[in-house]
Amino acid sequence: MTNSWTDIRNTDLVVIMGGNAAEAHPCGFKWVTEAKANRGAKLIVVDPRYTRSASVSDLYAPIRQGTDIAFLLGLINYCIENDKVQRDYVKAFTNAGYVVKQGFTYQDGLFSGYDEAKRDYDKSSWDYEIGADGFAVVDDTLANPRCVWNLLKNHVAVYTPEMVERICGTPKDKFLKVAEMVAECSSPTKAMTSMYALGWTQHSKGSQNIRAMAMLQLILGNIGVRGGGMNALRGHSNIQGLTDVGLMSNLLPGYLTLPNEKEPDLAAYMSTRGFKPLRPNQMSYWQNYRKFFVSFQKAMYGSAATPENDFAYDYLPKLDVPGYDVLRAFDMMHQGKINLYLCQGFNALQAFPNKQKITASLSKLKLLVVMDPLATETARFWENHGAHNDVDPSAIQTEVIELPSTCFAEDDGSLTNSGRWLQWHWAGGTPPGEAKRDTWIMAQIHLRLKELYRKEGGAFPDPILNLHWPYADPGDPTAEEIAQEINGRALAKVTDTADPTKVLAEAGKLLPGFAALRDDGSTSCGCWIYSGCFNEKGNNMARRDTDDPDETGAYLKWAFSWPANRRILYNRASADLNGKAWDPDRKVIEWDGAKWSGYDVPDIAPTAKPGEVGPFIMNPEGVSRLFTRGMMRDGPFPAHYEPFESPIVNPVAPNVRGNPAARVFEGDFRQFAEPASAEFPYAATSYRLTEHFHFWTKHVIVNAVMQPEFFVEISEQLAAEKGIAKDGWVRVWSKRGSVTAKAMVTKRIKPLTCDGKTVHIVGIPLHWGFTGAAKKGFGPNMLTPYVGDANIETPEYKAFLVNIEPVSGPVA
Amino acid sequence: MNIELSRRAFLQTAGAGLAGTTLGALGFGDIEAAHAAAIRAFKLANTTEARNTCPYCSVACGVILYSKGDLRKGEQAEITHIEGDTDHPTNRGTLCPKGSALLGFVKAPTRLQQPMIRKPGADKFEPTTWEDALDRIARLMKDDRDQNFVATNNDGVTVNRWITTGFLAASATTNETAFETYKVVRSTGMLVFDNQARV
Repeated sequence: MTNSWTDIRNTDLVVIMGGNAAEAHPCGFKWVTEAKANRGAKLIVVDPRYTRSASVSDLYAPIRQGTDIAFLLGLINYCIENDKVQRDYVKAFTNAGYVVKQGFTYQDGLFSGYDEAKRDYDKSSWDYEIGADGFAVVDDTLANPRCVWNLLKNHVAVYTPEMVERICGTPKDKFLKVAEMVAECSSPTKAMTSMYALGWTQHSKGSQNIRAMAMLQLILGNIGVRGGGMNALRGHSNIQGLTDVGLMSNLLPGYLTLPNEKEPDLAAYMSTRGFKPLRPNQMSYWQNYRKFFVSFQKAMYGSAATPENDFAYDYLPKLDVPGYDVLRAFDMMHQGKINLYLCQGFNALQAFPNKQKITASLSKLKLLVVMDPLATETARFWENHGAHNDVDPSAIQTEVIELPSTCFAEDDGSLTNSGRWLQWHWAGGTPPGEAKRDTWIMAQIHLRLKELYRKEGGAFPDPILNLHWPYADPGDPTAEEIAQEINGRALAKVTDTADPTKVLAEAGKLLPGFAALRDDGSTSCGCWIYSGCFNEKGNNMARRDTDDPDETGAYLKWAFSWPANRRILYNRASADLNGKAWDPDRKVIEWDGAKWSGYDVPDIAPTAKPGEVGPFIMNPEGVSRLFTRGMMRDGPFPAHYEPFESPIVNPVAPNVRGNPAARVFEGDFRQFAEPASAEFPYAATSYRLTEHFHFWTKHVIVNAVMQPEFFVEISEQLAAEKGIAKDGWVRVWSKRGSVTAKAMVTKRIKPLTCDGKTVHIVGIPLHWGFTGAAKKGFGPNMLTPYVGDANIETPEYKAFLVNIEPVSGPVA
Repeated sequence: MNIELSRRAFLQTAGAGLAGTTLGALGFGDIEAAHAAAIRAFKLANTTEARNTCPYCSVACGVILYSKGDLRKGEQAEITHIEGDTDHPTNRGTLCPKGSALLGFVKAPTRLQQPMIRKPGADKFEPTTWEDALDRIARLMKDDRDQNFVATNNDGVTVNRWITTGFLAASATTNETAFETYKVVRSTGMLVFDNQARV
């Protein structure tokens, strides 16, 4: 989230699209009802199902899953056509006036530089004209036909209300009502917030779904303001933290990236990072990249990271592919190329697409290790549970070790919520049986590996032998010790670069924040964006002061919010070019002639003059991007692509199937149904229920009682057409598998008309399996396709094709 | 901790204060004592409190864990009740249908109790010990790493990667667990490394 849960109270309009906060984030959704009750805010819900969020909305518009970009670009088109744009914001704070190179084109669904064989683009034409002064060429009048604003205008022109209706199935009058309400928020004194979740991410173009809304929010001037923002409602309690700390194939903590094999040394690595400003006077904060990186290496390798060895640069593995994401990992496993796999609190068998492929892959491992508080299906993938897990244990040669770990109630530490608040929690109970904390388990594995390498030698033991391990009890590090390591420490005296007489931190002391980081090895810091979380003032994540001056919802003294305890990202953009709040009633920070101050920690250098230094300090432009240059794999603008399995052919680009830049493994393509398939005519989507949390709460008796049994949800029309009775049994199958379930026949789902064709929707909730207190059941992942988003490889769980028929009684 | 103690103290004194003032002021001295003795002590007054946050979605509602026994004093502690934290700015004491049943998660019958091993081809798990399980994991990791570690690529560039073993990190572990896990996994050269945010 750019903003926080408690900030939603400040909004005028909530758009829930790609999510269902009332059911999936109920206590956060209360801030929506608060805004409705106290400010007269309105709520719009756009969803294939009439959800509980929709049931309290002011306006509900149905949409076919996988067509959000067409809808959102339709809204942008409407705003531009009707001059509902916050012009001053767009001109000053976005790259609307930046001139794009000759050679950039978009035609028939493809941007310039497409290579069909590689399913990838040569992105060299997706960039700005660079002037003789080395800076990007900008036309402040927006007259240049090749400036971003005019290219965008042309790009979205095809998404008329009629085209939106044709693609999305949203009736034109409903779409226009949404557009009118959204367009009102182009006023500097109106704010709209976007609340989205997996309904946007779990598509082969998930990243571009989010970009499309971010662009709309920029055009309306809603980024950086109270009650505005792009608010990703993260799924799990520490998904945000695990990502911030960089536990992904290609990441280092704090959104630094792992080197690839074309970067043999630190100089080569730094040459493509640490961006120089593209416009005069801009902060371009990634210029400090080397400080973050070197301090991280010092946290990892302590005294073994020296200026002479490029701070142990060779200790980091180098990538040969963009990343070993889970889809690539399980495809490799399927080919027998992975021997050992360790799952820490992650139920892969239930969570990943195409369960048959996942089972086959796990069956090829030599060893599977599962650390979990609960008995998961993954740890028992080899166990026969009839139709629900139809395997022959004797044919599976994988050794499985299951390790009992503690749960939240039995350990101390911090979790990062969706609003970037790091909140400390304390253990209340003794772990059951022999269950152990994950910190203990990981330390034990490391110490054993280290001892084996010390005794026996072996392949490049240096990073294991030299891993910095400064804990009082090496076998059981405490949460406080690690939190301090993450925050960072001065290894030598650190002084202010502007005034060397001013000491920022004495040697050995905790650093006050990331501004004190250095690139000469004199500081260590595990995760730069978290620096300040645990400094000499104490554990700031444990703060519990609820003081909130003027009730802005900032709560600056509650816990710690990254970065630098800032609650609203890009908050400099809440003020105009002179530094005055766009909306005096919704001030965040203002310029007093000498410095920035207000209700939040300014997201700009405190003395950076308005009018000179742009608000988007992480970007070398200093402004936000309506056109992303070559930073996304599938285009500098979003474009509508159908899901890989789609009930109609793409109306705007009939020759393009799916997202043309999405990676598809060979065997998986053969397992996709054809577009507009007669064999699989129905558009399926997966979803969650308010009574359950993923695959955890089926272990909880209360929740198992509330929602005991797997079902699929269909419309009355489809039920009538197929002769399916309410609560009758059905079989649902895709090209990858088959499930049986009770049919819930509802009015919440209605058939849509897309491109002149009736499209029926089948809803498939995901909470069941074969362990726990609930009845055994299937889930959508028996059916889902094995393909991910082009940029980040999140699987396309939300849009695929199935068939359905009534069957007689339970089969299992 | 201060807030936890003061809240607990408040519950205890509130109970005593009721008996001491309301009835005492009306002059029922002995009756008051007998009556107070007959009132069962407020259950939560005898518990230890710990501030925590809900482990499910990312709203991260504040919760209070009530336990018999005090972990901070080195005692065994059994969680007997969980409720919303009224001081928390986001949820202000409220919980959803999932969070309201958190006690059932902590005490689920399917919580794992001890390390188990399933041998190749077997149709059931057998108990094992932590020592044996961890020794075995470290041994197999080292053997696989030594056999398959790639020090340089075909162009002779140092790459120091290990891609025949993978690690899948969680979604609800702490940032501190996450960072320590990062250190342990990355120091081996592992690249097949992801967390639940991927899906």
